[in-house]
Amino acid sequence: MSREKFVTIVSTAVPLPMENVDTDQIIPARFLKATTREGFGENLFRDWRYDSNNKPNADFVLNNSKFLGDILVGGKNFGSGSSREHAAWAIYDHGFKVVVSSFFADIFKNNALNSGLLPIQISEDDLEEIFNAIESDSKEKFEVDLTNQTLRIQSSGKAISFDINPYKKECMLNGYDDIDYLINLKSEIEAFEMSHR
Amino acid sequence: MSKTLFDKIWDSHVVKHIANDPDVLYIDKHLVHEVTSPQAFAGLEKRGIKVSRPQNTIATVDHNVPTIDQHLPIKDQLSKLQVDKLTEYCEKFGVTLYGLNHPYQGIVHVIGPQLGHTQPGMTIVCGDSHTSTHGAFGAIAFGIGTSEVEMVLATQCIMQPKPNKMKISVEGDLTSGVTAKDVVLYIISKVSTSGGTGYFIEFTGSAIRSLSMEGRMTVCNMSIEMGARGGMIAPDESTFTYLRGREFAPQGDDFDKAVENWRKLYSEPDALFDKEFNFDAADIEPMITYGTNPGMGVKIRGRIPSIGEVKDSERNSLEKSLAYMGFQAEDELIGKSVDYIFVGSCTNGRIEDLREVAKAVKGKKKANNIIAWIVPGSKQVEEQANKEGITRILEDAGFKLRQPGCSACLAMNDDKIPAGKYAVSTSNRNFEGRQGPGARTMLASPLTAAAVAISGKIVDPREIVGLQ
Repeated sequence: MSREKFVTIVSTAVPLPMENVDTDQIIPARFLKATTREGFGENLFRDWRYDSNNKPNADFVLNNSKFLGDILVGGKNFGSGSSREHAAWAIYDHGFKVVVSSFFADIFKNNALNSGLLPIQISEDDLEEIFNAIESDSKEKFEVDLTNQTLRIQSSGKAISFDINPYKKECMLNGYDDIDYLINLKSEIEAFEMSHR
Repeated sequence: MSKTLFDKIWDSHVVKHIANDPDVLYIDKHLVHEVTSPQAFAGLEKRGIKVSRPQNTIATVDHNVPTIDQHLPIKDQLSKLQVDKLTEYCEKFGVTLYGLNHPYQGIVHVIGPQLGHTQPGMTIVCGDSHTSTHGAFGAIAFGIGTSEVEMVLATQCIMQPKPNKMKISVEGDLTSGVTAKDVVLYIISKVSTSGGTGYFIEFTGSAIRSLSMEGRMTVCNMSIEMGARGGMIAPDESTFTYLRGREFAPQGDDFDKAVENWRKLYSEPDALFDKEFNFDAADIEPMITYGTNPGMGVKIRGRIPSIGEVKDSERNSLEKSLAYMGFQAEDELIGKSVDYIFVGSCTNGRIEDLREVAKAVKGKKKANNIIAWIVPGSKQVEEQANKEGITRILEDAGFKLRQPGCSACLAMNDDKIPAGKYAVSTSNRNFEGRQGPGARTMLASPLTAAAVAISGKIVDPREIVGLQ
């Protein structure tokens, strides 16, 4: 089943310079009751975005119209905790196409890749530089080029290269998912089952 | 090259390996619950395909179910819809479901081992990060996302890069009053909440070996709290004794044959790990967390670290968590007032946990300021607690057993700790809002939770149960 293909993005970015942003913050468990993949963006970072009376919390970055864009930039160890793919869906549903951090939790990273959300892992120094660039100008643009695996800071022209598994890269660029691939392996899987017994 | 326990199981389950690509890994057992599966079943419907191996797929309802009046229709309409959807999908796709009124219903990671579905050498997945629990049996078990649930339903396989290997060894004798939960909270406080990311852990050493199967499950359960893909322990006599006679384990001669194979599941002495940690059991004391990630734990008699003590990069996190928790740096934990205790979850909702609580509170009374939620991990645990008189002991001490489910561990149902209240919880995560918006969670062992329930404040459990 095909997904949206990942194309090169040029966009401003939204900074969230906090470490250990866990999936319970990204989407609290009480919002996991839906049986579809859509609509989770509404409750993205719910308890940081809104106070207990459901009033937007002015201090939180998603409520600050100064910061917009397709790229979310988070602190180290982004997406730790629960395996809920709803966390990746919520970020994607909110309109982000890319999450940048110096370190991602494993399950979150897989979930993001499987949901069409590109996780870009860069060094702590580069992450710092990106936070600084956004801080000095919230209009700073970044180019994400998956084909060449680069994240470019537009004003300085600095290109930061990033790693991605080649198979996952192909999937993202072409909008393939793993299930298509696995279904095509049916005979190999059956042969394995015979020998595995 | 000599293989680790992890290598032996992983390598024997690789259907297809292409260099630099994720491996195609065959899955022996797929556990399913109501929250992370509906979208996956819907995906199968959309593609017009069946569940590939329904006989290797087991479903239950746990995350979202009420823990009182389970015989009545679920009041929360969204929760009811999730449970109804799972029921409908299981019927349609021929998957066994242990639904709310089934005698085997319970938390997915409690029932798998209890029924003998979980066995050494298996690959086991579930759309839940605490799937690592099953690693206690010498299985490769890990949590997956919903897209991956769909892959496994569709093909019984998953695409996964092979993780790195970590060995965590705890040698020596644990002192009295120190439980499996303390061991794992201690380890996480040392390794940190991200130190295990990219790794699969094998726990070894005499202190680990000395743990019961249920204690081992508690340790493996929290591997994910270090960021690890999973944790495992090589099977031994304790494992085989636990499994013998369980309903879905091999029976009779088949069991003995299986044991012969299971005995081969260990890391070769010269097998290499990518990273190793060694801890001394004698240094472990009852532990408690003070912050908002499971790595923020200290010995219960200890103090919260000062801002200067932590790495620069962790200062913000520490300050933010202390503000959330209403604590000050360098505070002592002992004597702090508590409002709730929660005993339950896939970490500590098994029969031994309830036995431990019952033993600690027998003949005593719950403090008036404490609201206690004690939630058995499964219907079978509940039944066993009734049979052993545990329920009675708890009631005499002023506690009441609720009905099985994940409950206040993630507060999807009504079991929410109110904002600003302090809960000593035997669950696995103390994240902001995890147990309810604004709830303040302190993770500890069932023994510590019991001691706190009696004294009404944070206390060294060894004092309450007369160990000191």
